[in-house]
Amino acid sequence: MAMNSPFQLLRSHLYYGLLAAGGLLVLMALYSVHLMESQGHVITGMNNQIVWGLPHVFAIFLIITASGVLNVSSIGSVFNKPAYKARAPLAGLLSIAMLAGGLTVLMLDLGRPDRIIVAATNINPTSVFAWNVVLYSGMFAAVAVYLWTMMEKRMAPWSKPAGFMVFVWRFLLTTGTGVIFSFLVARQAYGTAILPPMFIVMSFAWGMAVFHVVQSSIYAWNNKSLDEYVQHRMKNLMGVFVMASLYFVAVYHLTNAYFARQIEFERFILLEGDPYAMLFWLGYIVLGNVLPLLLIFHPALGKSRCVLAASLLIVAGAFALLYVFIIGGQAFPLSIFPGYEVSSTFADGAIAQYQPSLPEMLLGIGGIGIAFIITAIGIRVLDFVPQEIQKSAAAAE
Amino acid sequence: MRQLRDQSAVLRTCGSLAGFLKTLSVLIVAWFALSVFSPAQATETSPKLDIGKGGECVKDPQWMRKNHMHLLKHQRDETVRKGIREESASLKNCIECHASTKDDSVIAREDSFCVGCHRYEAVKPDCFECHSGTRKSAWLRQRDGK
Amino acid sequence: MNQVDLQRRSFLKASAGAAAIAIAPGMMLYQVANGQTAGASSKVRWGMLIDTTQCKTGCNECVTACNRENGLSGKTGPTDSQWIRKIEIKDISSGRELSLPMMCQHCEHPPCVDVCPTNASFKRADGIVLVDKHRCIGCRYCMMACPYKARSFVHEPLHDQNPDVPRGKGTVESCTLCVHRVDEGRLPACAEACPNQAILFGDLNDPDSEIARKVRSVASVQIRADLQLNPGVRYQGM
Repeated sequence: MAMNSPFQLLRSHLYYGLLAAGGLLVLMALYSVHLMESQGHVITGMNNQIVWGLPHVFAIFLIITASGVLNVSSIGSVFNKPAYKARAPLAGLLSIAMLAGGLTVLMLDLGRPDRIIVAATNINPTSVFAWNVVLYSGMFAAVAVYLWTMMEKRMAPWSKPAGFMVFVWRFLLTTGTGVIFSFLVARQAYGTAILPPMFIVMSFAWGMAVFHVVQSSIYAWNNKSLDEYVQHRMKNLMGVFVMASLYFVAVYHLTNAYFARQIEFERFILLEGDPYAMLFWLGYIVLGNVLPLLLIFHPALGKSRCVLAASLLIVAGAFALLYVFIIGGQAFPLSIFPGYEVSSTFADGAIAQYQPSLPEMLLGIGGIGIAFIITAIGIRVLDFVPQEIQKSAAAAE
Repeated sequence: MRQLRDQSAVLRTCGSLAGFLKTLSVLIVAWFALSVFSPAQATETSPKLDIGKGGECVKDPQWMRKNHMHLLKHQRDETVRKGIREESASLKNCIECHASTKDDSVIAREDSFCVGCHRYEAVKPDCFECHSGTRKSAWLRQRDGK
Repeated sequence: MNQVDLQRRSFLKASAGAAAIAIAPGMMLYQVANGQTAGASSKVRWGMLIDTTQCKTGCNECVTACNRENGLSGKTGPTDSQWIRKIEIKDISSGRELSLPMMCQHCEHPPCVDVCPTNASFKRADGIVLVDKHRCIGCRYCMMACPYKARSFVHEPLHDQNPDVPRGKGTVESCTLCVHRVDEGRLPACAEACPNQAILFGDLNDPDSEIARKVRSVASVQIRADLQLNPGVRYQGM
C-alpha cells in the first residue's frame, strides 16, 4: 500500500485528474442548465415539433443501460454462475451510477425543474411518467439493498432473494421506459407494443457493452488481465444480445413497412430522412451491429482488445439508434388528416427541423459525467473490483 | 417584560419535563404576544410601501400579511381547476386595488406593493413569472392604445 | 403511559387546537361573507362546430384574434406558441381543397390528461381541457401524446401578459377555449372574430342550443375519429 513509488504517485494523480475531468463535465452541464433556466429552452435545438431532443437521447440511453448492466448480477444471483457473481457488486454500482446520471439529465431538462417536488406530491395514476417516478426511485432502493446483501457478510443469506427482486424490478423499469413511447397512439414512430420488449433486449446488449468497457478499464488500471474463459463467455453472451436486439429492430421496421399508412414513415426513417437514414444504416447497422459482431465472433479476432472495441462500437450504435428513434420519430409529421396533403404555419405535413445546440449536448454529457464520478468514487472507497475466486472452466460452471 | 420575569421564576422551580413543556408553552405565547403587540419596534425597520388605493375588502392588514398566500393558493386551485371565480380573493382583483396609482403595477418598483414587502421578508414569489403585475384596466388601455 | 407522556400529549393537543382556532374563523368567515360562485358544471359540454365551407383560404382573422386575446406574439417560428393555426388541406385522390382552423379539440378522453405525470393537464367539468400551470413541470409528454399537435411549450421568458391569461416560461400551453371569456358568458375570441361565422360555439349537452341542433341536422366529423377521443370540436363540410 506504499504510496511512495513514483508509479503509484503518478497513478494517484491520474485518478484525481480523471475525477476532476468528470467534475468539470458535470459543472459544464450545470452551467448549461443555468442558461436554459434563465433564457428558456429557446437556446436548445428543441422546439414545438421536436419536443424531446439530445438530453433525452442521453437520459434514455443511461436509464436503459442502467437496467442492462445488471445482467451480470442477475446471471450470478438468479442463475447461480460464480464467474458472474464475482462481478455482481460492480454491476450494481454501475446501475446506480447510470440511473443517477440519466435521471439527473431528465430532471434538469424539465421546463420547471424547480417544481420537481410537484411530481412526487401530485401523482396521476394513468401517467406512465408517474409510474416511472416510482419505478426509478424503487430501482435505486432495490439495487442498494442488493449491494448491501452482497457486501455485508451477515446479510449474505438474503443476497439471492434481493437479486431476484432486482431481476424483476429491472424488467419492470425497462418496460416502463418502453411504454412511455408505446402509449403514444397518435405518432407513427411509436404506439406499438413491441417497444418494451425491444427496449429490454437492447438494454441487455448495451448493458453488457458498458460493463465490458468499465471492467476492461478497471483491469487495465490494476494491471490485471481478465480470465480468458470468463472473457470468452461474456463476449459470446454480448454477441447474442446484440443479434437479438437487431432482430427486434428489424421486426419493428418490417411491421411498420407492411402497414400501408406507415410506409411513408419507413421511407423517411430508412431511406430519405436526413440525417436519420444515414445514422440508422451507418451508425446503428454498420458500426453498432456488423462491426461488433465481426469483432466478437470472427475466429481470428475476439481477443480482449477486439471485445473492448466491439463494446465501444455497440455504445456508439446505441446512441445512433436512439437519435433516430427519438428525434427522427418526432421529425416525421403527425398524420392529422390521413389521405390529405397538408400545410400550415405550424409545420403540419412538413419534416420538422432539429439542430442540437451546445448546452443540451453538455447537459447530456454531464449525465455521463455523473455516472463516471459515482463509479470512480465507488470503486475507490468500497470493494467493487471483481475478485476471481475460481479460475478454471470447470469451476465457473 | 414583567410577565417574562415571572416566567423565569417558574422556570427555576420546574423540575419535571411536563413542567418544562408547560413553561415553554407559556413562553411561546408570551413571545407571540410581544411580537404582535409591539408595533413601535416594527415600524422603524418595516418597508415603505406604495399600497395603491388600498382598503380593507377581505380582512385587516395584519391578518392579510400573515395569510394572503393561503387565500391566493386556495383560490387559484378553485379558479383554475373548478372555474370558481371568486372576485375578492383573486390575484387579479388584489392587483386592481393595490397596484400603484402612479404606474399601475404591484411589481414595477422597489417599493411596489408586492415587491417591497417580499424583498424585506426575503421571500421570492413566483406568481409574476406568469401573472401580470399590472392593473387590468391599465393593461387593456395600453394594449388598445398600441 | 406515564404522567409526562400524558401531559405532553395534552400540551400538543392544546397547542394544535389553539393554532387551528387562530386561523379557522378567518377562513370560515371569509367564505361565508363571499358566497362562492357556481363554477364549471358537468351538465355543460362546451364545443365548437366549424363550417369548413365558410372558412376562407388566406383568411387569418381567428388566429389574429386569438393572439391578441391571449397575448401571443403572433410569430410563427419553431419555438413560438400557436394556439390556433390555419391548415390548408388537399384531398390527394380528388384534389378538393379546404382551409380550416386547428386548435385544441377539447377531447372527452384527452391523451394529454392521461399522460400528464402531475395532473397539470386536466379536463374541467364542462369539458374544457386546460393546463394548470401551477403544476406543470414542463416535461412535454402531453405534446408527444396529442394527436392534433395542439400544444406549445413556452421557450422564452414572457413579460406583460394579459391579466386574464397567465402564461409563463417552462410550461406547456394551448387553446383554453377562451375560458376566461366563456366564464363571463362571452364567446371565444376566434368565434367572435370570424367574418363568416364559420365557428359556432355552444353547449353540446343542451338539446336546444344552436350548436346541438346543427350537429343533429348536418353532417359533421371529428378529426382522427378513429382514436375515439370524442373531441368537442367538430368539422362540417369535410
